[in-house]
Amino acid sequence: MGMITTRKPPFKWHIVVFLAPAVLVYTAIMIFPMIDTMRLALFSSIDNHQVFVGLKNFKTLFGDPRWSEHFWNALGNNTWFFIIHMLVQNPVGIALAAILSVPTLRFAPAYRTIVIIPTILSFVIVGFSWKLILSPLWGIAPSMLDMIGLKSLFHPWLGKEQYALTTLALISVWQFIGIPMLLIYAALLTIPEEILEAAECDGLTGFSQFWKIKLPLILPSIGIISILTFVGNFNAFDLIFTAQGPVAGPNYSTDILGTFMYRTFFGYQLQLGDPNLGATIASTMFLIILIGVCIYLFTIQRRLRRYQF
Amino acid sequence: MNRARQNIFNMIAAHTLLLAYMVLALFPVFIILINSFKTRRAIFRHPLMPPDTDSFSLTGYETVLKQGDFLHYFQNSMIVTVVSLFFILLFGAMAAFALAEYRFKGNSWMGLYLALGIMIPIRIGTVSILQIMVATGLVNTLTALILVYTAQGLPLAVFILTEFMKQVSNDLKNAGRIDGLSEYAIFFKLVLPLVRPAMATVAVFNMIPIWNDLWFPLILAPAEETKTLTLGSQVFIGQFVTNWNAVLAALSMAIIPVMTLYVFFSRQLIRGITAGAVK
Repeated sequence: MGMITTRKPPFKWHIVVFLAPAVLVYTAIMIFPMIDTMRLALFSSIDNHQVFVGLKNFKTLFGDPRWSEHFWNALGNNTWFFIIHMLVQNPVGIALAAILSVPTLRFAPAYRTIVIIPTILSFVIVGFSWKLILSPLWGIAPSMLDMIGLKSLFHPWLGKEQYALTTLALISVWQFIGIPMLLIYAALLTIPEEILEAAECDGLTGFSQFWKIKLPLILPSIGIISILTFVGNFNAFDLIFTAQGPVAGPNYSTDILGTFMYRTFFGYQLQLGDPNLGATIASTMFLIILIGVCIYLFTIQRRLRRYQF
Repeated sequence: MNRARQNIFNMIAAHTLLLAYMVLALFPVFIILINSFKTRRAIFRHPLMPPDTDSFSLTGYETVLKQGDFLHYFQNSMIVTVVSLFFILLFGAMAAFALAEYRFKGNSWMGLYLALGIMIPIRIGTVSILQIMVATGLVNTLTALILVYTAQGLPLAVFILTEFMKQVSNDLKNAGRIDGLSEYAIFFKLVLPLVRPAMATVAVFNMIPIWNDLWFPLILAPAEETKTLTLGSQVFIGQFVTNWNAVLAALSMAIIPVMTLYVFFSRQLIRGITAGAVK
């Protein structure tokens, strides 16, 4: 009879079964709320009804003096918070990784293990512990400075407007330095032995070898730690909240976008919470993070690819 | 000769730098732990000294155990972390298997969709997440936290596990198919045991952020019955600010479980982060 039938393969239900739980939870609890938050940013509550107001919330946030002052202050502080991380956390992390990756160094595993310890502690532990240590009441910091004859340098750093934010940024650096260190350490281990041997034949050793050979080769990893730092910093909240409370004192000098969003969303003291403005701040944070990620993906990462081989 | 001497000098310099950093890294933890076992007087008089027979005191711990329900907070944190990890690993591995094993329309788009959450923090959606939890009556339940942490952990889990699943040999799976195993049996009996090391890495990566999170417990489950250890110690310390013994004891009690976990999992964690080097 020779009838040719092209039978459709049966629908593969098992693919759906395998994918469904992850896709459902992820879509319902992560993707949908993000889109919904951006939708809420375009609404306002008028007489207990949600009314579409377009970009009015954003105008309020950026331009209305009651809000914009706090917003620009938080954004500026957040940027400074990030700059300190880039200037201190990443270079020190790279330096530690460079030292640790020397093949003849002894006790390297023990050092590696200890550098991570601050990273595993919660912000509550880190925030309060440093607050106690820096407290003028307890006097650990002043008495330690006294031991090296620098007592005059002591200030109640967390209580002074001009120092508090930088101090908190440095505490955060102290906590997270293990992550850039480990990532750079991993990258340094992947550099082929032949390249280093060739460098040694040309008389490049030690610091100049690191500077001229290794550093260019680990630039992609430096790109990754930079973007991780960026996303982490513009999404930070816990440390400031634990150490300085929701008002991010003194006088809002440590306020960053995360604490500002929390206060706006939930209200504090006499001010009522405003979910719509909270959503507006969240959407702005989303845009900032998105811009950062795009800059990384389309410029930094693409340019770095050329170095790889 | 000169070269060797220079090498020794370099090594001494390296160890000095590293040791200095280690002191800086451990000092705060050390200070908190030793002072939590001292009398109030000794805490202020000699903050840098370990407790001796004279200054030893457990009043801080007594206050904490009497006033705060730390055992209950610990239990909540434990439930939230373990159950979230279970779902992250199960759902993540299932989705990763589908993406790695089957060629279907939209495979790479699905992979990209699930990867979006690696870079975008879930906190951005908090306003709406809270509304969902209010609408479904899940506020102040551990379920709310478990759902959020599962969603938060899935993107990276799927991403890492897909890479590993692709390396599982096709011959093995096809042999299973010839023996009449269903696709589910192939996944659970053949593939899952082989990717156990990758699952352990994913688990360790997720464990610490979930255990330490303050934001979602504060917003979704601040009730006394559902407080996690992190939130519980935050609130307790806030109330007892002036009772230094209690604050130091509460901090120590929050430090000890994480440190214990770390002792067990540090090698896994470091191997996980440096995995790129081994591959």
